[in-house]
Amino acid sequence: MAEKKIGLQTVKFKNPPSIVSTASIVGPKEGEGPLREYFDLIISDDLYDEDSWEKAESKMAREAVRMALKKIGMTPDRVDYLFEGDLLNQITSSSFVARDLKIPFFGLYGACSTMTESLSLAAMITDGGYSDYAVAATSSHFSSAERQFRFPLELGTQRPPTAQWTVTGAGAAVVGRNGEGPYITYVTTGRVMDFGIKDANNMGAAMAPAAADTIIRHFKDTGFKPQDYDLIISGDLGQVGRQLTIDMVKENGYDISQNFTDCGIEIFDSDRQDVHAGASGCGCSAVVFCGYLYSQIKKGNIKRLLIMSTGALLSPTSTQQGESIPGIAHAVAIEGRI
Amino acid sequence: MERSKEEEIKKDYLKMAEKVGPSSSFLKNCAAAFIVGGLICDVGQLVMNYFLSLGIPKDEVNSYVAAVMIFLGAFLTGIGVYDNIGKHAGAGSIVPITGFANSVVSPAMEFKREGYVFGVGAKMFVIAGPVLVYGISASIIVGLIYYFIR
Repeated sequence: MAEKKIGLQTVKFKNPPSIVSTASIVGPKEGEGPLREYFDLIISDDLYDEDSWEKAESKMAREAVRMALKKIGMTPDRVDYLFEGDLLNQITSSSFVARDLKIPFFGLYGACSTMTESLSLAAMITDGGYSDYAVAATSSHFSSAERQFRFPLELGTQRPPTAQWTVTGAGAAVVGRNGEGPYITYVTTGRVMDFGIKDANNMGAAMAPAAADTIIRHFKDTGFKPQDYDLIISGDLGQVGRQLTIDMVKENGYDISQNFTDCGIEIFDSDRQDVHAGASGCGCSAVVFCGYLYSQIKKGNIKRLLIMSTGALLSPTSTQQGESIPGIAHAVAIEGRI
Repeated sequence: MERSKEEEIKKDYLKMAEKVGPSSSFLKNCAAAFIVGGLICDVGQLVMNYFLSLGIPKDEVNSYVAAVMIFLGAFLTGIGVYDNIGKHAGAGSIVPITGFANSVVSPAMEFKREGYVFGVGAKMFVIAGPVLVYGISASIIVGLIYYFIR
């Protein structure tokens, strides 16, 4: 029996790793949102002095990692592992970061669940004694995602009200063996769930079953209750997915309606910023966590946080071939003090 | 047994998702499409009247008007205005010929970075292509039917 595993899908760390530093970079639109003061850098042009959006995305990801390391006076050569992924084909944004920084690299694809996927793995490898410092990072860019998954930017199409807006942003977190917190205490790895949603403009509904499954599993495995957390926050379920998740979790006897929200709802002002059901993208939970939430835990405003990035595991090809959209969600419990 | 229970859950969920998800405002969208689409046609008519007043023959004027409207659609796409019209107007700005120009120019602009052959050249008709294929096919079929029943 694995000694650090509890229940069916959860890991409880013996020596909880510390998140010693984070950094976040966002695009201009995110920089006009309600969380703007918590981001380290707001770029004024979404090309970020590059000549393509893909290059801009990779640069944001690279600079976020550099910035997070710089805050604690570290250089990339002292990092043992980089766990990183993004939305683009063959995760090039991430591998180009690894090419530049020369950190031993595990490339991940978990769609928008990558922030907690990378944090989970960084925490496990650290607690396992294989690493002193591991970096978990991810990025997304509205324009590079639009052209890969949807339509050219200048095409005059109408977005349905369930559609979500991909965040332009990158976040990086440095996970250390020793540190003064915030600590990663539990990780619940999600299962892929698919309840048959086929509409790529309704990803919140496609991911909600996975989100609900992971939350329920986390409570069952750990014995915690919703009120044990100051905040439970999902990655990019949006308004539609959030409501569906609350309903499904409630059917299983847990009421999370009081302390559950979604990074995709918090990052934009839905009345003012015309983003329909909310934000999405790897960068969404990455910048909300590495920017806003991390500072709130540091300040003690949030003592116990359950963050759960959510991913829609579709591709343009799978959608065209009529496949439904599978979802995934990984939960990471973070505590200010232990 | 197991399978059918899973199907049941999925069916219930689709119903539940439909209930929670906001739906598009049908009336508002129709009105916006009608007004903007109508305005685009008004512009076309103005252009047509102007050309007719110059004494251009009636059977040639249609091509003149189409050329001007395609230019306008392409121009507004180029300066980043057409997608903002489309956001509100929907079909009202997709159906007229300006929308067709938009569907060709927007991918051409977007894929310039992948080069002029594999970018612009290959992707230019990625949206308009199906319209051309089925538009031309349909016109041939209708033409053949007309030929035989005439």
